[in-house]
Amino acid sequence: MLTKRIIPCLDIKEGRVVKGIKFLGLRDAGDPVEVAKIYDQGQADEMVFLDITASHEKRKILIDLVEKIAKNIFMPFTVGGGVGEISDIRDLLNAGAEKVSLNTQVVQYPDLIADSSGRFGSQCIVVAIDAKRVEGEKWQVFINGGRTPTELYAVDWAKKAATLGAGEILLTSMDCDGTKDGYDIALTKAVSSAVNIPVIASGGAGRLEHFYEAFTTAQADAALAASLFHYQQFSVREVKEYLHGRGVKVRL
Amino acid sequence: MIAIIDYGMGNIHSVNKALGLYGVKTIVTDKVEDIKSAEKLVLPGVGAFDDAKEELEKRGLIDLLLEQVRSKKPFLGICLGMQLLFDQSEEAKVSKGLGLIKGSVKRFEAKEGRKVPHMGWNQLNHLKYDCPLLRDVQNDAYVYFCHSYYPAPSDQNLVAASTDYGMDFAALVWKENLFGVQFHPEKSQAVGLKIMENFVKVC
Repeated sequence: MLTKRIIPCLDIKEGRVVKGIKFLGLRDAGDPVEVAKIYDQGQADEMVFLDITASHEKRKILIDLVEKIAKNIFMPFTVGGGVGEISDIRDLLNAGAEKVSLNTQVVQYPDLIADSSGRFGSQCIVVAIDAKRVEGEKWQVFINGGRTPTELYAVDWAKKAATLGAGEILLTSMDCDGTKDGYDIALTKAVSSAVNIPVIASGGAGRLEHFYEAFTTAQADAALAASLFHYQQFSVREVKEYLHGRGVKVRL
Repeated sequence: MIAIIDYGMGNIHSVNKALGLYGVKTIVTDKVEDIKSAEKLVLPGVGAFDDAKEELEKRGLIDLLLEQVRSKKPFLGICLGMQLLFDQSEEAKVSKGLGLIKGSVKRFEAKEGRKVPHMGWNQLNHLKYDCPLLRDVQNDAYVYFCHSYYPAPSDQNLVAASTDYGMDFAALVWKENLFGVQFHPEKSQAVGLKIMENFVKVC
Protein backbone atom coordinates (compact mmCIF):
# COMPACT_ATOMS: atom_id res chain seq x y z
CA MET A 1 0.00 0.00 0.00
CA LEU A 2 1.14 3.50 -0.81
CA THR A 3 2.36 5.37 2.27
CA LYS A 4 2.00 8.98 3.34
CA ARG A 5 5.18 10.94 2.78
CA ILE A 6 7.16 13.18 5.12
CA ILE A 7 9.15 15.78 3.23
CA PRO A 8 11.77 18.11 4.69
CA CYS A 9 12.16 21.27 2.64
CA LEU A 10 15.32 23.27 2.19
CA ASP A 11 15.25 26.84 0.97
CA ILE A 12 18.37 27.48 -1.06
CA LYS A 13 20.00 30.78 -1.82
CA GLU A 14 23.10 30.87 -3.99
CA GLY A 15 23.90 27.29 -3.09
CA ARG A 16 23.32 27.64 0.67
CA VAL A 17 20.41 26.59 2.90
CA VAL A 18 18.12 29.22 4.38
CA LYS A 19 14.67 29.15 5.94
CA GLY A 20 12.26 32.00 5.60
CA ILE A 21 9.98 32.75 8.52
CA LYS A 22 6.80 34.07 6.94
CA PHE A 23 8.97 34.76 3.88
CA LEU A 24 11.03 37.32 5.82
CA GLY A 25 14.20 37.20 7.92
CA LEU A 26 16.36 34.46 6.47
CA ARG A 27 18.57 32.31 8.67
CA ASP A 28 21.51 30.24 7.44
CA ALA A 29 21.38 26.54 8.24
CA GLY A 30 24.24 25.00 6.29
CA ASP A 31 25.39 23.14 3.23
CA PRO A 32 22.49 21.61 1.26
CA VAL A 33 24.35 18.41 0.39
CA GLU A 34 25.32 17.74 4.01
CA VAL A 35 21.80 18.46 5.23
CA ALA A 36 20.34 16.24 2.47
CA LYS A 37 22.62 13.37 3.50
CA ILE A 38 21.34 13.59 7.06
CA TYR A 39 17.74 13.43 5.87
CA ASP A 40 18.58 10.56 3.52
CA GLN A 41 19.98 8.57 6.44
CA GLY A 42 17.01 9.66 8.55
CA GLN A 43 14.59 8.02 6.09
CA ALA A 44 12.86 11.14 4.88
CA ASP A 45 10.57 10.04 2.04
CA GLU A 46 11.49 12.85 -0.31
CA MET A 47 13.05 16.27 -0.18
CA VAL A 48 12.18 19.61 -1.69
CA PHE A 49 14.80 22.20 -2.58
CA LEU A 50 13.42 25.64 -3.27
CA ASP A 51 15.84 28.05 -4.85
CA ILE A 52 14.88 31.49 -3.66
CA THR A 53 17.67 33.16 -5.62
CA ALA A 54 15.45 32.63 -8.62
CA SER A 55 17.59 34.66 -10.96
CA HIS A 56 18.49 33.30 -14.30
CA GLU A 57 22.16 34.25 -14.10
CA LYS A 58 22.55 32.04 -11.07
CA ARG A 59 20.80 29.06 -12.68
CA LYS A 60 24.10 27.29 -13.26
CA ILE A 61 24.80 27.24 -9.49
CA LEU A 62 21.50 25.47 -8.95
CA ILE A 63 22.08 22.89 -11.69
CA ASP A 64 25.52 22.11 -10.26
CA LEU A 65 24.02 21.77 -6.80
CA VAL A 66 21.28 19.42 -8.05
CA GLU A 67 23.91 17.25 -9.70
CA LYS A 68 25.92 17.16 -6.50
CA ILE A 69 22.85 16.21 -4.46
CA ALA A 70 21.93 13.43 -6.91
CA LYS A 71 25.42 12.02 -6.59
CA ASN A 72 25.22 12.00 -2.80
CA ILE A 73 21.74 10.90 -1.87
CA PHE A 74 19.64 7.99 -3.09
CA MET A 75 16.23 9.43 -2.45
CA PRO A 76 13.80 11.37 -4.63
CA PHE A 77 13.78 15.14 -4.55
CA THR A 78 11.96 18.07 -6.10
CA VAL A 79 13.57 21.31 -7.16
CA GLY A 80 11.75 24.60 -7.59
CA GLY A 81 12.19 28.34 -7.64
CA GLY A 82 12.14 30.55 -10.69
CA VAL A 83 11.72 27.69 -13.12
CA GLY A 84 10.08 29.05 -16.21
CA GLU A 85 11.43 27.43 -19.35
CA ILE A 86 11.18 23.96 -20.79
CA SER A 87 14.98 23.96 -21.00
CA ASP A 88 15.25 24.70 -17.24
CA ILE A 89 13.02 21.75 -16.52
CA ARG A 90 15.01 19.44 -18.75
CA ASP A 91 18.30 20.58 -17.19
CA LEU A 92 17.02 19.99 -13.66
CA LEU A 93 15.64 16.54 -14.48
CA ASN A 94 18.81 15.55 -16.28
CA ALA A 95 20.85 16.81 -13.33
CA GLY A 96 19.01 14.33 -11.11
CA ALA A 97 15.83 15.93 -9.77
CA GLU A 98 12.86 13.58 -9.70
CA LYS A 99 10.38 16.42 -10.00
CA VAL A 100 10.39 20.11 -10.78
CA SER A 101 8.13 22.56 -9.00
CA LEU A 102 6.58 25.46 -10.93
CA ASN A 103 4.86 28.46 -9.38
CA THR A 104 4.89 32.07 -10.62
CA GLN A 105 5.65 31.13 -14.21
CA VAL A 106 2.71 28.78 -14.60
CA VAL A 107 0.30 31.32 -13.10
CA GLN A 108 1.49 33.70 -15.82
CA TYR A 109 1.72 31.03 -18.54
CA PRO A 110 -0.54 28.11 -17.63
CA ASP A 111 0.28 26.40 -20.94
CA LEU A 112 3.71 25.65 -19.54
CA ILE A 113 2.03 22.97 -17.42
CA ALA A 114 0.64 21.25 -20.52
CA ASP A 115 3.86 21.68 -22.49
CA SER A 116 6.12 20.37 -19.75
CA SER A 117 3.90 17.48 -18.67
CA GLY A 118 3.43 16.52 -22.32
CA ARG A 119 7.16 16.38 -22.77
CA PHE A 120 8.41 14.95 -19.48
CA GLY A 121 5.29 13.31 -18.07
CA SER A 122 2.89 14.58 -15.38
CA GLN A 123 4.74 12.62 -12.72
CA CYS A 124 7.61 15.13 -12.66
CA ILE A 125 5.59 18.35 -12.84
CA VAL A 126 4.66 19.80 -9.46
CA VAL A 127 2.60 22.98 -9.32
CA ALA A 128 3.35 24.98 -6.17
CA ILE A 129 0.55 27.19 -4.87
CA ASP A 130 1.04 29.86 -2.19
CA ALA A 131 -2.36 30.81 -0.83
CA LYS A 132 -3.83 33.14 1.77
CA ARG A 133 -7.34 33.09 3.21
CA VAL A 134 -9.35 36.08 2.07
CA GLU A 135 -12.91 35.28 3.12
CA GLY A 136 -14.69 32.24 4.53
CA GLU A 137 -13.54 29.22 2.53
CA LYS A 138 -11.67 31.10 -0.18
CA TRP A 139 -7.92 31.36 -0.53
CA GLN A 140 -6.23 33.79 -2.86
CA VAL A 141 -3.16 32.69 -4.82
CA PHE A 142 0.02 34.75 -4.49
CA ILE A 143 3.11 34.64 -6.70
CA ASN A 144 6.67 35.96 -6.62
CA GLY A 145 7.43 34.32 -3.27
CA GLY A 146 4.17 35.53 -1.75
CA ARG A 147 4.67 39.17 -2.66
CA THR A 148 2.20 39.55 -5.51
CA PRO A 149 -1.52 38.80 -5.26
CA THR A 150 -3.30 37.27 -8.25
CA GLU A 151 -6.94 36.99 -9.25
CA LEU A 152 -6.84 33.22 -8.80
CA TYR A 153 -8.33 31.19 -5.99
CA ALA A 154 -6.47 28.14 -4.74
CA VAL A 155 -9.12 25.47 -5.31
CA ASP A 156 -9.94 26.62 -8.86
CA TRP A 157 -6.31 27.04 -9.75
CA ALA A 158 -5.41 23.58 -8.41
CA LYS A 159 -8.20 22.05 -10.49
CA LYS A 160 -7.06 23.86 -13.60
CA ALA A 161 -3.43 22.88 -13.00
CA ALA A 162 -4.46 19.22 -12.65
CA THR A 163 -6.50 19.39 -15.85
CA LEU A 164 -3.52 20.88 -17.69
CA GLY A 165 -1.35 17.96 -16.60
CA ALA A 166 0.22 18.78 -13.24
CA GLY A 167 1.22 15.62 -11.39
CA GLU A 168 1.18 17.02 -7.88
CA ILE A 169 0.21 20.15 -5.94
CA LEU A 170 2.57 21.62 -3.35
CA LEU A 171 0.17 23.70 -1.31
CA THR A 172 1.56 26.32 1.07
CA SER A 173 -0.64 28.27 3.43
CA MET A 174 0.82 31.74 3.79
CA ASP A 175 -1.33 32.30 6.89
CA CYS A 176 0.16 29.28 8.65
CA ASP A 177 3.72 29.29 7.32
CA GLY A 178 6.19 29.93 10.13
CA THR A 179 3.53 29.98 12.87
CA LYS A 180 3.96 26.37 14.07
CA ASP A 181 0.21 26.37 14.78
CA GLY A 182 -0.54 23.58 12.32
CA TYR A 183 -1.28 23.18 8.64
CA ASP A 184 -4.26 24.98 7.13
CA ILE A 185 -6.60 22.02 7.35
CA ALA A 186 -9.55 23.65 5.60
CA LEU A 187 -7.41 24.78 2.66
CA THR A 188 -5.63 21.45 2.33
CA LYS A 189 -8.87 19.51 2.51
CA ALA A 190 -10.57 21.77 -0.02
CA VAL A 191 -7.77 21.32 -2.54
CA SER A 192 -7.17 17.64 -1.85
CA SER A 193 -10.80 16.75 -2.40
CA ALA A 194 -11.02 18.88 -5.56
CA VAL A 195 -8.22 17.15 -7.51
CA ASN A 196 -7.23 13.57 -8.23
CA ILE A 197 -3.48 14.14 -8.04
CA PRO A 198 -1.36 14.02 -4.88
CA VAL A 199 -1.33 17.09 -2.62
CA ILE A 200 1.54 18.08 -0.33
CA ALA A 201 0.47 20.11 2.71
CA SER A 202 2.92 22.85 3.60
CA GLY A 203 3.21 25.63 6.15
CA GLY A 204 2.62 25.58 9.88
CA ALA A 205 3.88 22.22 11.18
CA GLY A 206 4.86 22.63 14.83
CA ARG A 207 3.60 19.56 16.67
CA LEU A 208 3.18 15.86 15.91
CA GLU A 209 -0.62 16.14 15.85
CA HIS A 210 -0.36 18.59 12.99
CA PHE A 211 0.94 15.85 10.70
CA TYR A 212 -1.85 13.54 11.80
CA GLU A 213 -4.48 16.18 11.03
CA ALA A 214 -2.94 16.87 7.61
CA PHE A 215 -3.17 13.20 6.64
CA THR A 216 -6.54 12.38 8.16
CA THR A 217 -8.90 15.36 8.28
CA ALA A 218 -7.23 17.23 5.43
CA GLN A 219 -6.53 14.12 3.31
CA ALA A 220 -3.06 15.24 2.23
CA ASP A 221 -0.79 12.69 0.53
CA ALA A 222 2.39 14.20 1.89
CA ALA A 223 3.37 16.77 4.50
CA LEU A 224 6.25 19.16 4.19
CA ALA A 225 8.12 20.87 6.98
CA ALA A 226 11.29 22.88 7.24
CA SER A 227 12.37 24.53 10.49
CA LEU A 228 10.73 21.84 12.60
CA PHE A 229 13.24 19.40 11.11
CA HIS A 230 16.13 21.79 10.57
CA TYR A 231 16.20 22.82 14.22
CA GLN A 232 15.67 19.20 15.28
CA GLN A 233 12.49 19.79 17.18
CA PHE A 234 11.49 16.36 15.83
CA SER A 235 13.25 13.89 13.59
CA VAL A 236 11.49 12.45 10.55
CA ARG A 237 11.59 9.11 12.33
CA GLU A 238 9.79 10.49 15.40
CA VAL A 239 7.06 11.93 13.22
CA LYS A 240 6.63 8.62 11.40
CA GLU A 241 6.58 6.54 14.56
CA TYR A 242 3.93 8.82 16.00
CA LEU A 243 1.82 8.53 12.83
CA HIS A 244 2.27 4.76 12.73
CA GLY A 245 1.08 4.60 16.32
CA ARG A 246 -2.08 6.43 15.33
CA GLY A 247 -2.76 4.13 12.38
CA VAL A 248 -1.46 6.27 9.52
CA LYS A 249 0.37 4.19 6.89
CA VAL A 250 4.00 5.34 6.75
CA ARG A 251 7.29 3.75 5.73
CA LEU A 252 9.36 2.88 8.78
CA MET B 1 32.06 -2.73 -16.92
CA ILE B 2 28.43 -1.61 -16.86
CA ALA B 3 27.26 0.85 -19.50
CA ILE B 4 24.51 3.29 -18.52
CA ILE B 5 22.86 4.39 -21.71
CA ASP B 6 22.65 8.17 -21.88
CA TYR B 7 20.09 9.22 -24.47
CA GLY B 8 19.11 12.57 -22.96
CA MET B 9 16.14 11.18 -21.04
CA GLY B 10 16.53 12.04 -17.41
CA ASN B 11 18.67 11.27 -14.46
CA ILE B 12 21.78 9.17 -14.89
CA HIS B 13 23.89 10.53 -12.02
CA SER B 14 22.21 8.60 -9.22
CA VAL B 15 22.16 5.38 -11.27
CA ASN B 16 25.82 5.77 -12.12
CA LYS B 17 26.81 6.60 -8.56
CA ALA B 18 24.74 3.77 -7.07
CA LEU B 19 26.22 1.10 -9.35
CA GLY B 20 29.69 2.48 -8.75
CA LEU B 21 29.37 1.78 -5.03
CA TYR B 22 29.76 -1.95 -5.68
CA GLY B 23 33.23 -2.09 -7.12
CA VAL B 24 32.30 -2.15 -10.78
CA LYS B 25 33.48 0.25 -13.45
CA THR B 26 30.65 2.19 -15.03
CA ILE B 27 30.42 4.30 -18.12
CA VAL B 28 27.71 6.77 -19.10
CA THR B 29 27.52 6.55 -22.86
CA ASP B 30 25.54 6.48 -26.09
CA LYS B 31 28.41 5.03 -28.13
CA VAL B 32 28.00 1.74 -29.98
CA GLU B 33 31.45 0.41 -29.10
CA ASP B 34 30.99 1.12 -25.36
CA ILE B 35 27.64 -0.61 -25.34
CA LYS B 36 29.05 -3.60 -27.21
CA SER B 37 32.03 -3.99 -24.94
CA ALA B 38 30.11 -3.55 -21.66
CA GLU B 39 29.29 -6.68 -19.66
CA LYS B 40 25.94 -5.30 -18.52
CA LEU B 41 23.62 -2.56 -19.67
CA VAL B 42 21.29 -0.16 -17.88
CA LEU B 43 18.60 1.84 -19.67
CA PRO B 44 17.24 4.56 -17.37
CA GLY B 45 14.62 7.03 -18.47
CA VAL B 46 12.27 9.81 -17.44
CA GLY B 47 9.98 11.55 -19.87
CA ALA B 48 7.60 10.72 -22.65
CA PHE B 49 7.58 7.40 -24.48
CA ASP B 50 7.65 8.88 -28.01
CA ASP B 51 10.57 11.19 -27.23
CA ALA B 52 12.55 8.38 -25.64
CA LYS B 53 12.06 6.11 -28.64
CA GLU B 54 13.03 8.94 -30.97
CA GLU B 55 16.19 9.68 -28.98
CA LEU B 56 17.21 6.02 -29.18
CA GLU B 57 16.49 5.98 -32.92
CA LYS B 58 18.41 9.20 -33.49
CA ARG B 59 21.46 7.58 -31.93
CA GLY B 60 21.00 4.42 -33.98
CA LEU B 61 20.67 2.32 -30.84
CA ILE B 62 17.48 0.34 -31.46
CA ASP B 63 18.91 -2.63 -33.36
CA LEU B 64 21.98 -2.62 -31.17
CA LEU B 65 19.92 -2.87 -27.98
CA LEU B 66 17.79 -5.67 -29.44
CA GLU B 67 20.91 -7.56 -30.44
CA GLN B 68 22.54 -6.97 -27.05
CA VAL B 69 19.54 -8.29 -25.15
CA ARG B 70 19.32 -11.32 -27.44
CA SER B 71 23.01 -12.02 -26.85
CA LYS B 72 21.99 -12.67 -23.20
CA LYS B 73 23.82 -9.71 -21.75
CA PRO B 74 22.26 -8.68 -18.41
CA PHE B 75 20.05 -5.68 -19.08
CA LEU B 76 18.20 -3.47 -16.59
CA GLY B 77 15.48 -1.05 -17.69
CA ILE B 78 14.40 1.53 -15.12
CA CYS B 79 10.99 3.26 -15.22
CA LEU B 80 10.55 4.57 -18.78
CA GLY B 81 13.59 2.47 -19.68
CA MET B 82 11.54 -0.54 -18.63
CA GLN B 83 8.39 0.55 -20.41
CA LEU B 84 10.32 0.82 -23.69
CA LEU B 85 10.96 -2.92 -23.55
CA PHE B 86 7.26 -3.63 -24.17
CA ASP B 87 5.37 -3.82 -27.49
CA GLN B 88 3.48 -0.58 -27.02
CA SER B 89 2.30 2.10 -24.60
CA GLU B 90 -0.96 3.98 -24.20
CA GLU B 91 1.19 7.06 -23.71
CA ALA B 92 2.70 6.82 -27.19
CA LYS B 93 1.08 8.68 -30.02
CA VAL B 94 3.35 7.36 -32.77
CA SER B 95 6.01 5.01 -31.47
CA LYS B 96 6.10 1.31 -30.80
CA GLY B 97 8.23 -0.17 -28.06
CA LEU B 98 11.19 -2.48 -28.52
CA GLY B 99 8.97 -5.56 -28.32
CA LEU B 100 11.36 -7.51 -26.10
CA ILE B 101 8.56 -8.26 -23.66
CA LYS B 102 5.10 -9.06 -24.97
CA GLY B 103 2.43 -6.78 -23.59
CA SER B 104 1.62 -3.13 -23.27
CA VAL B 105 2.05 -0.18 -20.97
CA LYS B 106 -1.24 1.20 -19.64
CA ARG B 107 -2.41 4.30 -17.85
CA PHE B 108 -3.70 4.01 -14.30
CA GLU B 109 -7.35 4.86 -14.11
CA ALA B 110 -7.89 7.53 -11.47
CA LYS B 111 -10.67 6.71 -9.04
CA GLU B 112 -11.68 7.20 -5.44
CA GLY B 113 -8.63 6.29 -3.38
CA ARG B 114 -6.35 6.11 -6.39
CA LYS B 115 -4.72 9.35 -7.41
CA VAL B 116 -2.69 9.44 -10.59
CA PRO B 117 0.33 9.69 -10.77
CA HIS B 118 1.20 6.86 -8.38
CA MET B 119 3.74 8.76 -6.34
CA GLY B 120 5.68 7.69 -3.31
CA TRP B 121 6.80 4.62 -1.41
CA ASN B 122 4.97 1.38 -1.97
CA GLN B 123 5.67 -2.28 -1.30
CA LEU B 124 7.08 -5.09 -3.40
CA ASN B 125 5.20 -8.36 -3.25
CA HIS B 126 7.63 -11.02 -4.31
CA LEU B 127 6.28 -13.55 -6.79
CA LYS B 128 9.58 -15.03 -7.98
CA TYR B 129 11.80 -15.46 -4.97
CA ASP B 130 14.56 -16.79 -7.19
CA CYS B 131 14.82 -13.53 -9.14
CA PRO B 132 18.45 -12.43 -8.73
CA LEU B 133 17.46 -8.78 -8.24
CA LEU B 134 15.44 -9.73 -5.16
CA ARG B 135 18.18 -11.56 -3.33
CA ASP B 136 18.22 -10.37 0.31
CA VAL B 137 15.39 -7.96 -0.42
CA GLN B 138 12.53 -8.50 2.00
CA ASN B 139 9.07 -9.29 0.76
CA ASP B 140 6.99 -6.13 1.47
CA ALA B 141 10.07 -3.88 1.21
CA TYR B 142 9.33 -0.29 0.22
CA VAL B 143 10.58 1.24 -3.02
CA TYR B 144 9.93 4.61 -4.65
CA PHE B 145 7.46 5.01 -7.51
CA CYS B 146 6.71 8.07 -9.63
CA HIS B 147 4.60 7.19 -12.68
CA SER B 148 1.20 7.38 -14.36
CA TYR B 149 1.66 4.35 -16.64
CA TYR B 150 2.33 0.77 -15.64
CA PRO B 151 3.54 -2.28 -17.53
CA ALA B 152 1.15 -5.14 -18.24
CA PRO B 153 3.05 -8.14 -19.61
CA SER B 154 0.97 -10.72 -21.50
CA ASP B 155 2.80 -13.51 -19.71
CA GLN B 156 2.09 -13.16 -15.98
CA ASN B 157 4.98 -15.51 -15.33
CA LEU B 158 7.36 -12.67 -16.11
CA VAL B 159 6.19 -10.67 -13.10
CA ALA B 160 8.85 -11.21 -10.43
CA ALA B 161 7.31 -8.71 -8.00
CA SER B 162 4.03 -6.86 -8.01
CA THR B 163 2.79 -3.77 -6.21
CA ASP B 164 -0.71 -2.96 -5.02
CA TYR B 165 -2.15 0.38 -6.08
CA GLY B 166 -5.82 -0.42 -5.92
CA MET B 167 -4.87 -3.24 -8.29
CA ASP B 168 -1.75 -5.35 -8.62
CA PHE B 169 0.66 -4.27 -11.32
CA ALA B 170 4.10 -5.47 -12.39
CA ALA B 171 6.76 -3.62 -10.41
CA LEU B 172 9.55 -5.95 -11.52
CA VAL B 173 9.58 -8.01 -14.70
CA TRP B 174 12.18 -10.65 -15.33
CA LYS B 175 12.85 -12.63 -18.47
CA GLU B 176 16.17 -14.46 -18.37
CA ASN B 177 18.84 -11.76 -18.72
CA LEU B 178 16.29 -8.99 -19.02
CA PHE B 179 15.16 -7.07 -15.93
CA GLY B 180 12.76 -4.16 -15.80
CA VAL B 181 11.74 -2.14 -12.76
CA GLN B 182 8.90 0.36 -12.68
CA PHE B 183 10.20 1.90 -9.45
CA HIS B 184 13.43 3.83 -9.04
CA PRO B 185 16.04 1.68 -7.29
CA GLU B 186 18.51 4.58 -7.52
CA LYS B 187 16.09 6.65 -5.42
CA SER B 188 14.94 3.94 -3.01
CA GLN B 189 17.57 4.35 -0.30
CA ALA B 190 18.86 1.11 1.28
CA VAL B 191 16.41 -1.25 -0.45
CA GLY B 192 17.12 0.31 -3.83
CA LEU B 193 20.85 0.12 -3.31
CA LYS B 194 20.53 -3.59 -2.47
CA ILE B 195 18.76 -4.12 -5.80
CA MET B 196 21.48 -2.19 -7.62
CA GLU B 197 24.11 -4.26 -5.80
CA ASN B 198 22.32 -7.42 -6.91
CA PHE B 199 22.40 -6.26 -10.51
CA VAL B 200 26.15 -5.71 -10.20
CA LYS B 201 26.99 -8.88 -8.31
CA VAL B 202 24.33 -11.50 -8.97
CA CYS B 203 22.74 -10.90 -12.38
